[in-house]
Amino acid sequence: MTTQTMTLAQGLNAGLRQALRDDDHVVLLGEDIGALGGVFRVTDGLQREFGPRRVVDTPLAESGILGTAIGMAYRGYRSVVEIQFDGFVYVAFDQIVSQVAKMHARTRGKVPMPLTIRIPVAGGIGAAEHHSESPEAYFVHTAGLRVVSVSNPQDASTVLRQAIACDDPVIFFEPKRLYHVKGEVDPAVDLADAPPMSAAHVVRPGRDVTVATWGSHVATGIDAAEAYDGASIEVIDLRSLSPWDADAVTESVRRTGRLVVVHEGPRQAGVGAEICATVTERCFEHLEAPPVRITGHDVPYPPAKLEGHHVPDLDRVCFAVDQVLGRVPLDVPTVSAAVRSGGEMAA
Amino acid sequence: MPSTTDPRTRRLSRAGHDSSVDSAHGGARDHAPATARPASAREGVDPGDGTVRLVDADGVRHPDATYDAWVEDVDHAALLRLYEDMVVVRRIDTEATALQRQGHLALWPPLLGQEAAQIGSARALDVDDFVFSSYREHGVAHVRGIAGADLLRVWRGVTGAGWDPHEARMAPMQVIIGAQALHAVGYAVGILADQETDERGEAPGSGATAGAAPTEAVISYFGDGATSQGDVAEAFTFASTWTAPVVFFCQNNQWAISEPVSLQSKVPLVERARGFGMPGVRVDGNDVLAVLAVTRQALHRARTGGGPTFIEAVTYRRGPHTTADDPTRYRTSAEIEHWEARDPVDRIAAHLRAEGALDDDGEARVQAAADAVAAELRAGVTSIADPSWPDVFADVYAEPHAELDAERDAYARYLDGFETSEGGGR
Repeated sequence: MTTQTMTLAQGLNAGLRQALRDDDHVVLLGEDIGALGGVFRVTDGLQREFGPRRVVDTPLAESGILGTAIGMAYRGYRSVVEIQFDGFVYVAFDQIVSQVAKMHARTRGKVPMPLTIRIPVAGGIGAAEHHSESPEAYFVHTAGLRVVSVSNPQDASTVLRQAIACDDPVIFFEPKRLYHVKGEVDPAVDLADAPPMSAAHVVRPGRDVTVATWGSHVATGIDAAEAYDGASIEVIDLRSLSPWDADAVTESVRRTGRLVVVHEGPRQAGVGAEICATVTERCFEHLEAPPVRITGHDVPYPPAKLEGHHVPDLDRVCFAVDQVLGRVPLDVPTVSAAVRSGGEMAA
Repeated sequence: MPSTTDPRTRRLSRAGHDSSVDSAHGGARDHAPATARPASAREGVDPGDGTVRLVDADGVRHPDATYDAWVEDVDHAALLRLYEDMVVVRRIDTEATALQRQGHLALWPPLLGQEAAQIGSARALDVDDFVFSSYREHGVAHVRGIAGADLLRVWRGVTGAGWDPHEARMAPMQVIIGAQALHAVGYAVGILADQETDERGEAPGSGATAGAAPTEAVISYFGDGATSQGDVAEAFTFASTWTAPVVFFCQNNQWAISEPVSLQSKVPLVERARGFGMPGVRVDGNDVLAVLAVTRQALHRARTGGGPTFIEAVTYRRGPHTTADDPTRYRTSAEIEHWEARDPVDRIAAHLRAEGALDDDGEARVQAAADAVAAELRAGVTSIADPSWPDVFADVYAEPHAELDAERDAYARYLDGFETSEGGGR
């Protein structure tokens, strides 16, 4: 195996190049992905290498891009769609949810939809409005889709190739904060030997608290684990959000007895809610404390100058660890107080 | 470029189709008449008030300098087959409506009045062409060889798609208004990609395929309401700038459930084409011969590198939107009578009778054939087995999905808790 030092964006680029080489029915569709190489340069040089019929600049219409990819799938093509920013995927929502996700089931397997939908995701980079969204829960809630998110350059390369090779549609989240993070990458990993796309990784073993997260917050979790005094923290990179590796998480929680889930998307009906519910169902008797979620608030993503109050950080993760260890009280939010007070008024 | 072993890209065998029907319309892959002018991007751009009509409501054939050439092979025998197609699909429609009223179908969207638009356009297609339709194109499905139970499976509520899309070269019906227009464009882009032999091929829209040998084409059906959808506008843009081999066939049947076409557009729909840089043609959608002519021309343009065409077929939905609709709430009987006088089947029958090609015996024979198809349809639908509960979980994913399997297994254990199948067990 030969590794090179690459940024996460370069790892993605390497993965795309390998996929384009491996299968001549792989095509890339997106806005500005040709001469420009994408606004994050993830497709840099690929149109020059593979030509404008395989690396295709599309008109500016995300629903149109997805609809085109669907028609190409009927024809046997395997499209990799680039959505330029997370906030731009909503106009393609019908084509993803009503068409892509359901096609294999409604045709009883006659028409697979082997699409990979790449979406730069989340905030923390001081971006403009609609450029910092965390929309993963919408897609996790949709049967027929697989949803993954990468946290390092090697996964960027390998998991992207796995997603493209997968006969199911895959929503592939690329944390924008990590595009320039460097790591060692073997761009030619044999996919037969690689861990399955849906398997979580324990990235830092520990004994007392399990922190489950993905994407850019894997680094937040590791930072918290290293900074935290007096307890040993295990950090799990879920990698896949649908399906998510409940076995890996519950195995860890049975050992630690405590769970903290960290994600940037809003709390309400977020992926963390599903993880906490499942862990509670499956290892209730092992829990030393209620699972705690550290998430974005239930608000529209705030302006850049305020995102420090929204995006989970090391301090908030450490505070959650304090909570599950009983060092500070669980701070049950104000909703229940409001409901109580409303109830008293009614009475 | 396509893998010859990939079932998704394999060519449809002609064996599954009625070759005599195909050959009735020339039998060639492409129907360009020798005398036709080369397809031009300018052609048809300005519709003026020139709705294409070859056979009027009284069955009188009118010569047309442009379009006669596109149907010069259509003799009496071929016209009789188009007539029979329309009688058969009208009979299918009547039978399906009855089946819904009798509780055999959950719902049915009738096509009454739109027979010529569907038959004329579908008979212009080659077997290798691909169809992306809405939910009312039963006539098109019939022409694609979809018959009996397959046509009604979805409406009985037993599955999400009644037929194998690759076998029939027709996607399952689309309920989300206009979404299929984009799928047609994607399929057409796939055809362009297949054409590429040079790895460093030209970009879509470069015109590199102009003048290439005739190839497959795609047709997308949608209604007047769909022209208001963003997806349809996006499909027009993508197809036009990429010169994709696709025909947009709009059946303007005047009503989107209760909303008149005047709510969708201030101008004739055909004028939309100009802004997207593609030819548009308005045709009398109740004139099967004219519809055949304009669709052949559009398909020829698509196959020869001329890109997309927008066809507005002006017709009328004489029945309800679906069997759950009540059109008396939003339109008058006088309006229906106006369109009954422009019936697509009657006018061809009148024309054939005037030509001496159809008599009472001939009509009776066609009606008997249609009745036989209806009987087959009824037998087919009542023989469809109900699906079983594991189908709920089937084929949601193409690759193994342990979590969903576990969910299914838990439900199986729950069902096993019931003592008898009458109690809800499996």
